[in-house]
Amino acid sequence: MRRRRAFWFWVFVGPFAAGLALFTYVPLVWSVGLSFFDAHNTVTPTDFVGLDNYRAMLRDSAFTGSLRTFLVFTAFIVPVTFALSLALALMVNRVRRAQAFFRSVFFLPAACSYVVAALIWKMSLFNGVRFGLANTVLGWFGTDPVAWLSTTRPPWYWLVIVTVRLWLQAGFYMILFLAGLQRIDPVLYEAAAVDGARPGWTVLRHITLPQLRATSVAVVLLLVINAFQAFDEFYNLLSDARGYPPYARPPLVYLYYTALGQGQNLGLGSAGAVILALIIAIVTVGQARWLGLGRSAADG
Amino acid sequence: MTISRRTLLGAGAGIGAGVLGGCGSNTGRGGGSSGGTRLTQWYHQYGEAGTEQAVERYAAAYEKAHVTVQWRPGNYDQQTAAALLTDSGPDVFEVNGPSLDQIQGGQVEDLTALLDGVRDDFNPAVLAPKTYRGKVYGIPQTIDMQMLYYRKSMLRDAGVRPPRTLDELVDAAKELTRNKVKGLFLGNDGGAGVLGGTPLYAAGLRLVTDDGKAGFDDPAAARTLGKLRELYAGKTLLLGAPTDWSDPSAFLQGLTAMQWSGLWALPQVRKELGDDFGVLPFPGDGSHGKPTVPVGAYGAAVSARSKEKEAAKAYVKWLWVERTDYQEDFALGYGFHIPARISLAKKAAKLRTGAAADAVGFATEHGYAQPLLWTPAAQTAYQDALSRIIKDGASPESELRGVVRKVSAELDRVQHKS
Repeated sequence: MRRRRAFWFWVFVGPFAAGLALFTYVPLVWSVGLSFFDAHNTVTPTDFVGLDNYRAMLRDSAFTGSLRTFLVFTAFIVPVTFALSLALALMVNRVRRAQAFFRSVFFLPAACSYVVAALIWKMSLFNGVRFGLANTVLGWFGTDPVAWLSTTRPPWYWLVIVTVRLWLQAGFYMILFLAGLQRIDPVLYEAAAVDGARPGWTVLRHITLPQLRATSVAVVLLLVINAFQAFDEFYNLLSDARGYPPYARPPLVYLYYTALGQGQNLGLGSAGAVILALIIAIVTVGQARWLGLGRSAADG
Repeated sequence: MTISRRTLLGAGAGIGAGVLGGCGSNTGRGGGSSGGTRLTQWYHQYGEAGTEQAVERYAAAYEKAHVTVQWRPGNYDQQTAAALLTDSGPDVFEVNGPSLDQIQGGQVEDLTALLDGVRDDFNPAVLAPKTYRGKVYGIPQTIDMQMLYYRKSMLRDAGVRPPRTLDELVDAAKELTRNKVKGLFLGNDGGAGVLGGTPLYAAGLRLVTDDGKAGFDDPAAARTLGKLRELYAGKTLLLGAPTDWSDPSAFLQGLTAMQWSGLWALPQVRKELGDDFGVLPFPGDGSHGKPTVPVGAYGAAVSARSKEKEAAKAYVKWLWVERTDYQEDFALGYGFHIPARISLAKKAAKLRTGAAADAVGFATEHGYAQPLLWTPAAQTAYQDALSRIIKDGASPESELRGVVRKVSAELDRVQHKS
């Protein structure tokens, strides 16, 4: 009986475990190994260089610049997405009719690919000539067309980058918040009403938000991790005809170019990836500690 | 100059397609024991109709081996770079290089012997970047070049003559900028990407000197790059067009009076505008300046991982050295390129009249190819600096100082490698 269970355990878990080992752990370990070698155009290098790649990466102004880009991006996208998806969830939760309709409509963009959305944003909504949608609207007020993605001062490209991601992911987080909202016991609201709390801000501040704490922590954590992984929209919105993004490169875009693009410097790229992974790990653990992820409402 | 072709409709669409392309399981290998030698040959996706059928026809005509052509859309350079690390890559592939790291890493075969007796017939400007320490690692297929297209009627209406110096170009762009038409289009990034080293050559400098040093440690470099900033700051550049510089649409739609683009755009421009356009090299700047155009060539290379190296070399020799009829057909039958063989370029009737003849003249007299020693790391440092100069108004002098430092270190690295 016991052997049988072990057999079925491996039948179900084995393929996944093998895939995880083969496609995640082996490359991970390999990459850490590569980071100590001069690995131009090779994955089996022989030229051991110790910590040189790490030193070079940390001194590389383009890499530290990419970390700055990430910080700016996170500072924009996390609060904005959080506020918008929470607002959507509160609104959808309140509508009495066609709730399913609104829920679906706001969720639908989450099904769209980042690449496709980025190209639509780049080529039709925010292109720099007078017939782009944004510029047409500006034109009604007599304003000159703005080259949204080509202007670094002021950095209009942030508007494009943030709005595309906002559109894509707000619906998804709205669903998470909705699930959280629906778990709040109506008795609490009734009790609050009896105690004289006015519906609206007071109830939101003292009942809804505290009850959503667990959901909020998870949402913030997911948003930050997603921001770290930002690649698609940056690459597709900002790269030139040769696939080179000249500015506003988050870390993954820069490492992709160094290691896998024309650069093919796999050692340096791996060192960058290890540094990035360490940063993500530290930030995530720190954030989880600070926000109390997994702590139940009772302990919090 | 790395000449990218208009294959990247959008890098994203390209990646998507590249992934799909990568899924193709038929690598043309396997079953090697029966049916003689099998070779796989890779091409990047050419935009012109008929090219794919043509290269398949050439491959089918080869009798000594069974050659399977793979037409690979998407981010081709990345695909080949990754494939060369494995055993399942191509035997023969075209490459916008090969790069110095590929050569030094022993990823591509020495093809010098294939050119015995005909080496002088290959255009020296494009053969040089495929040559390392006297050995040739890629056989140039066709030459591509870039130049400045201008609308004759728009210049006439504005009372501007075709610019002969960089200062005249800056002034012309200003004069030509109207309410709905911009003066000049250098790509949506304002020119840093496509121009690359071109302005330096126009100032009489170069990217890398013959003795392997940074060739732009000179006040003239900062002066010239500062003028590109003037173009951007003067709001005379078209920015954010739906298509980038490699596609002539912005020029054809009248969004700009002048556009920097490739030779490949010429047939389309001629078809739509008739005689109402002219072409120019990038104008010279300063007392040592001279007009200049970037030229480059895709080359045929043999992977060092190929199991059929000798057969692959024999095939490359057959197609890209011996079969001049196919070479001519490939260069001129579908798209518009200059044959890499001087004898063929001279013969070609299509290249003897009008703007095409001008273009060939520019390529011959003013053409420069990006040196082999100009590695991606050097290119990245330079391009980022150029982008900051143009867009952020960063000081050209201090940016260039930083670039010279980084490029010198990189040149040091590659020249001290075995």
